[in-house]
Amino acid sequence: MHSHDTLAGLAARLAARELSAVELAQDTLSRIATLGPALNAFVTLDAEGALAQARAADDAIARGTAGPLAGVPIAHKDVLMTAGLRTTCGSRMLGNFVAPYDAHVVEGLRRAGTVLVGKTNMDEFAMGSSNETSHFGPVKNPWNPAYVPGGSSGGSAAAVAARLVPGATGTDTGGSIRQPASLSGICGLKPTYGVASRYGLVAFASSLDTPGPFARTAEDCALMLNAMAGHDPRDSTSLDRPVEDYARALRAGASARPLEGLRIGLPREYFGAGNDPEVAAAIDAALAEFAKLGARTVEVALPAVKLSVPVYYVIAPAEASSNLSRFDGVRYGHRAARYDDLTDMYCRTRAEGFGAEVKRRILVGTYVLSHGYYDAYYLKAQKVRRLIANDFARAWRECDVIMGPTAPAPAFRLGDKTDDPVQMYLNDIFTIAANLTGAPAISIPCGLTKGGLPIGLQVQGDYFAEGLILNVAHRFQQATDWHDRAPALGSEP
Amino acid sequence: MTLTLDEVRRIAHLARIEIDAREAAEVHAKLEAIFTMIDELQAVDTTGVEPMSHAQDVVLTMREDRVTETDRHAEYQRVAPAVEDGLYLVPRVVE
Repeated sequence: MHSHDTLAGLAARLAARELSAVELAQDTLSRIATLGPALNAFVTLDAEGALAQARAADDAIARGTAGPLAGVPIAHKDVLMTAGLRTTCGSRMLGNFVAPYDAHVVEGLRRAGTVLVGKTNMDEFAMGSSNETSHFGPVKNPWNPAYVPGGSSGGSAAAVAARLVPGATGTDTGGSIRQPASLSGICGLKPTYGVASRYGLVAFASSLDTPGPFARTAEDCALMLNAMAGHDPRDSTSLDRPVEDYARALRAGASARPLEGLRIGLPREYFGAGNDPEVAAAIDAALAEFAKLGARTVEVALPAVKLSVPVYYVIAPAEASSNLSRFDGVRYGHRAARYDDLTDMYCRTRAEGFGAEVKRRILVGTYVLSHGYYDAYYLKAQKVRRLIANDFARAWRECDVIMGPTAPAPAFRLGDKTDDPVQMYLNDIFTIAANLTGAPAISIPCGLTKGGLPIGLQVQGDYFAEGLILNVAHRFQQATDWHDRAPALGSEP
Repeated sequence: MTLTLDEVRRIAHLARIEIDAREAAEVHAKLEAIFTMIDELQAVDTTGVEPMSHAQDVVLTMREDRVTETDRHAEYQRVAPAVEDGLYLVPRVVE
């Protein structure tokens, strides 16, 4: 009944007491019960907890003490720890793991008054681009269930795209928020590294992992980021900066040419022959729209960006092999039932607990860090990472934002790339660079293929330009309606 | 590069992941493809380039030296596979 309202719209109606949080939570839960199972977007639902939080939100609204998002239902990617509610990371290894504390971004969204309805499905330990590596089975794309929703935050993307929740969290290590946002037809923001704390985010690649929001509009992403950002001394890489209102620029009144003077950088490298023709056409149409809004384009060069996939597949597995060594069957998670001695216990526990893709990445990481190979692989990749960052630093002298497709092609069929990891990895060719540099980027819907699959536009900014890229996306959304397009789902309640 | 099947078994052991012969052969083929892709990096001239390990040039800050954590070991150990008297149980390592 309320599924087509935006997060901002719902927050306003809840605050004005036109809608009760309990009523909204009940509606949300019933929509999830009807449409959720076919999509497999959720790993865990918490109806009882959601209703209790909704009652508390209604009380807080009545008393005038409510947070800015009081009563808004959301879901968290199952890699973010939620006290008392199972956190599986899409893995058998953590199949029964109940965290004793909340992640920082979970705390922030609780404080803002959101109602947590459940945890969303994901590629195992966030390793994947299609949500097919989950121990709990693949997530289906709401636009067409034969297609993948993207990954690794596929459950969150599908849940928002199917209008099951107005917003959800994700994490982005190589594109895991932006690529599924693109393939599922919604908005997904990766903030600047260090803006949102990694405390309570189960680590994959610590120098790249970034929590961020999914929602239907840029404005909704800004409201969620306001609740997720902030300094946290428990994450040594969390930045201590003045608190920023990411929605501030968006509140300025609309005008005919709101982006007058904005310089859009177009890297030749993002517009190659490898892009799907329908994707290329949709991006061109979006750029024409930005020209009408007052922006102009400049050509920029990012020659080293083509190396971002090989750089990533050294650095991310290296960090993962170290981070995932904690899963040894001693302090938490799965332990093999039978073993001979301690080493055998580790080996069998990890063989049973991890899926094939996670094992492959641990092996790659172990190899590139091993004696005799460190300089040739890990150090080399770190040097090329610097070259990629240097390319962007040069580009920012000539432009304010950089645009291009989020992914070279729309969603692919389930099973199409599962046997070819390298083809799967190439999906992230345009998203990885922002993780390597640490700068922010958003994916917003900008078209549909003839076959009815969404196409996403990526808007990248320099460090701490979240406010700018959100505003650029917002102005596009004021002039177009791609963000309002919704998939037609089987049995609408 | 060429990765041998023996090397696959060796890194699996370093990573403490049990791997049988069939799995090793399967993983071997996929790792070869991945390393062929990664090997593109070897052609890049990186002379004099400073390695980049992190997105931000942050310096670790020191916190005040006072107790901030309470004793929550019982809570933390509740999720452990085997615990006795506040200790984690593992197979005997010293005879």
